[in-house]
Amino acid sequence: MVIGSKSLSRGVAMVGAGMCKFGAFPDKTSRDVFVEAFKDMRQSVDKGFDPEAIETLYIGNYSSDLFEGQGHTAPIMADSVGLTPRPAVRVEDACASGGVALRQGIMAIASGLYDIVLAGGVERMTKLPTAQVTDTLGTAGDILYEIPAGFTFPGFYAAMATAYMHKYGMTPEHLMHVAIKNHNNGALNPKAQFGVTIPAWMQGRIEAAKKKNKPVPTWKDEWEFLHDDAANPMVAWPLRLFDCSPITDGAACVLLVAQERAREFTDNPVYLVGSGQASDVALHDRDDLTAIRAAQIASQRAYEMAGVKASDIRIAEVHDCFTIAEVIATEDLGFFKPGEGFRMAEDGVTAREGARPVNTSGGLKSKGHPVGASGVAQAVEIWKQMRGQAGERQVKGDIPLALTHNVGATGSTCVVHIYERR
Amino acid sequence: MMATLPFTAASFNRFLNEKKLMASRCPQCDALYLPPRAICPKCHGDQLEWVETAGQGKLAAFTSIYVGPTAMNAEGYSRENPYVTGIVELTEGVKISARIIGVDAKNPAAIKIGTLMTVEFLERGEGEARRTFLAFEPANQKQAVGSQ
Repeated sequence: MVIGSKSLSRGVAMVGAGMCKFGAFPDKTSRDVFVEAFKDMRQSVDKGFDPEAIETLYIGNYSSDLFEGQGHTAPIMADSVGLTPRPAVRVEDACASGGVALRQGIMAIASGLYDIVLAGGVERMTKLPTAQVTDTLGTAGDILYEIPAGFTFPGFYAAMATAYMHKYGMTPEHLMHVAIKNHNNGALNPKAQFGVTIPAWMQGRIEAAKKKNKPVPTWKDEWEFLHDDAANPMVAWPLRLFDCSPITDGAACVLLVAQERAREFTDNPVYLVGSGQASDVALHDRDDLTAIRAAQIASQRAYEMAGVKASDIRIAEVHDCFTIAEVIATEDLGFFKPGEGFRMAEDGVTAREGARPVNTSGGLKSKGHPVGASGVAQAVEIWKQMRGQAGERQVKGDIPLALTHNVGATGSTCVVHIYERR
Repeated sequence: MMATLPFTAASFNRFLNEKKLMASRCPQCDALYLPPRAICPKCHGDQLEWVETAGQGKLAAFTSIYVGPTAMNAEGYSRENPYVTGIVELTEGVKISARIIGVDAKNPAAIKIGTLMTVEFLERGEGEARRTFLAFEPANQKQAVGSQ
């Protein structure tokens, strides 16, 4: 197979990164959350900067057309932050739209055409009822051959989970460890949609029942709560509600500049040293249903470009749209061997204090998953962690190298980035 | 007719209406494709031919869906009435997404990967909206029903 793995013609640095609080906001449109993300990014630039210096915009957005009836999103986002008449391009690769927008920004700078680029992502999903959100997300699958079979996105990942359970002996309980870990992290992230631990969530339900004089649930611990069909209903067996990322409104953006200009903005930049992307066929057409080939290829390309290996990566934000997706991601990225990923959350290896922290932000699971924004929000977390600004959820010690992994659909797109602090 | 139909979803669905599960084969490299492809990704040959599969295989992956899309909800499925969908690997070596019938959607833990499956053709809708959907059911079940 031929996928080019040439290097960037010049280096690229991230000098600012911001996001809005993720959540469900009935009164906010895409442009409102994008404005909030832009303002947050602007405040993050250590030496300040004049937005007039931005030369072009790449905006990840999956489906504002179907989610809120607004197409042609990029110029509208540019206008919302006062950046017309600069070129503004919408980037769509399903749930990888944000990560691919980031990659477009990197390539635009590396090409020499621009020095200062805004890469962002935005999605406003909560205006639609759940069945229509399911339909809209379903259009990222194959509408001719997969959707008529009745597949939904939870359904696709659930099918991967059954194949994985069959092959490696994983149980649905192993997946619950991923949700518990990501909620533990998200509880320390003020921008998270569901920034609460699962035990605290459970306690909240108990308190609410007491207040309303309703029957008080008798869950002994979070495990009983997670096994309760009423509290944690099945979505697509074996995946329950707490195995699924939520429906979210949100936006994120980062400021990318040519490496030689980074010090104009900050003395503490984060360098983008590796970028890889790959595509793949529909899920049923793949040889292996327990791995995502596009993620394996994208990460190999990113490692090659950066001249590093999987074991060099200190922390990673991976695409945990479903708990099984995080397990598979950690194997595809080469952190763990195939069939070992599911034990790593259980053993605490991927916890914040573990040897290989994964999704310190809370991941898509707890932080929220506004699909076009998620890939960029991953970069925002890396920005904070690498610069020691992640507050209570800050990983201890230096973080010389970090990685983001953003997947579109069932892995028909994957984009991986590697970040370095010098 | 078979030789002249283009390698499109419309052709594939037309064959489903005739109760045929059709794949395309590249004569240059002998690769088989289901769903049918017009261009071979292995050798990039573009002179493919239709071949009928035997419609037999085994279950490779599945799920029981409790929160469905609008189209499945319209067929009467719901949280109380889930349905099973999955991926079947045919004896010819290709895999395809399909509805899985003849299994208990409310007891998915009892459904086993590797179960031998036989093709079924589900007709839904009437008149212009009539359409045949691809489905598979456990092969032993089919025999049991057939022997009644």
